[in-house]
Amino acid sequence: MARRVVVTGVGVISALGHNAGEFWQALAAGRSGIGPMQLVDASLLRFPNAAEVHGYNPAGHFQNKEVDFLDRFAQFAVIAAREAVRDSGIEWTPELRERSAVVTGSCVGGKTTEDEGFQNLYGLKRMRVNPLTIPRAMENAGASHISIETGITGPTYTISTACSSSNHAIGQAFWLVRNGVAEAAITGGSEAPFCLGNLKAWEAMRVVAPDTCRPFSKNRRGMILGEGGAMLVLETLEAAQARGARIYAEIVGFGMSSDAHHLTQPTLEGPSRAMRGALADGGIAPERVGYINAHGTATPANDPTEAGAIRTVFGAHAKRIAVSSTKSMHGHALGAAGAVEAVATVLALRNGLLPPTANFEELDPQCQIDVVPNQARPAQPEFALSNSFAFGGLNAVLAFRRWD
Amino acid sequence: MSEELTQRILKVIADSQKLPPEKVTLDSTFEELGIDSLDGVNILFALENEFNVNIPDEGVQGIRTIRQMVEALDKLFASGQTGAPAPGRA
Repeated sequence: MARRVVVTGVGVISALGHNAGEFWQALAAGRSGIGPMQLVDASLLRFPNAAEVHGYNPAGHFQNKEVDFLDRFAQFAVIAAREAVRDSGIEWTPELRERSAVVTGSCVGGKTTEDEGFQNLYGLKRMRVNPLTIPRAMENAGASHISIETGITGPTYTISTACSSSNHAIGQAFWLVRNGVAEAAITGGSEAPFCLGNLKAWEAMRVVAPDTCRPFSKNRRGMILGEGGAMLVLETLEAAQARGARIYAEIVGFGMSSDAHHLTQPTLEGPSRAMRGALADGGIAPERVGYINAHGTATPANDPTEAGAIRTVFGAHAKRIAVSSTKSMHGHALGAAGAVEAVATVLALRNGLLPPTANFEELDPQCQIDVVPNQARPAQPEFALSNSFAFGGLNAVLAFRRWD
Repeated sequence: MSEELTQRILKVIADSQKLPPEKVTLDSTFEELGIDSLDGVNILFALENEFNVNIPDEGVQGIRTIRQMVEALDKLFASGQTGAPAPGRA
């Protein structure tokens, strides 16, 4: 009999604040963290706005020398993991350290570190690159630093599947614990994509909005890039209850699929199969799902496809499901998106309040779903899904159950 | 738009899509040529490089034919928003 797995700690640093409490307050108020870009000179770009972590000073979190070893994305991973661990109250005994996992997601890793180094090389013709560039930029830097800091010595790795990275990571961690490979896990993701080189690449793709992120709105104009980190502590229900831990939610299902179709054009079938996979994995009857935290990027292509996939999977029940895209508030944090949204989903279940789709103006007739426009809604769904659909056609969906 | 400019645009599109030049005409649709949305942004990038201009998103969204693309560029050059097209690759 498979073991049950629960979420006992959460941590978030994002455009909505430096901890999970601030994050939830903003989500509950429907307050967006999108604003004028400050990390990169926006006059060089076609899009002036971003969802940045404001008022952040690494010195408040790390020793001087430590910062040299940590790209901003790895800093966010460590900060979120510390909060999640503290929040869970879990104690890392020597036995538990050996039997615990760290699984993180990141899409662009330490691109900002590389960008700086290569600017020196190509632009300033300085023929030396910082020797810490490689360990700072590697996508697994966050996982490695979390492992070093906590002393966790079990399975530790990073998954990079573009915008699905964190959902794939959390799903893997969930299965490791459910199947007895690990007793507990720190899992989530982090991202810090704001450097000119990377933003220029996004600009060239023509998917970033010049105004703001309006998921499912008829007048949506694309995504808004975000940054941050989010982590969850997962452990068995048995262990959590034995130590009297507070349980946020149960993680019950994980589904994945590949479109096998196109690098950037989504299909109806791929996302549908990932949602069905998560339902099947958790043994969930579709009619018991009451909330979906959508991928909801606000690109022309994603939103109608996602709405269509939800209608395909849930049929007549689809119109009774509240679907919101919290990217309208914390932006699209790419490889961290799934983790940020998983935390939003478990907090929604715990607090009995569904965060809205902010910046919403007029429903796109191609997106016929209940998008919880602009105002959070009190509700107590039993099950919730959190969707991530990545460039490359890689889909990952998590399913959570409310814990009373 | 001058015939010369039109021919230059057609050549950029053909080159960027690895298509035989004779296949790309004003009357071709993107669908016929197998050009999807990602190919579309690639074509815009190639055109920006060829003419050394910035092509904003507005005015090029929803383009589905070669003629629409040429007309959108014509309008853009005429508006002077991006500067006149450079006389040719230096």
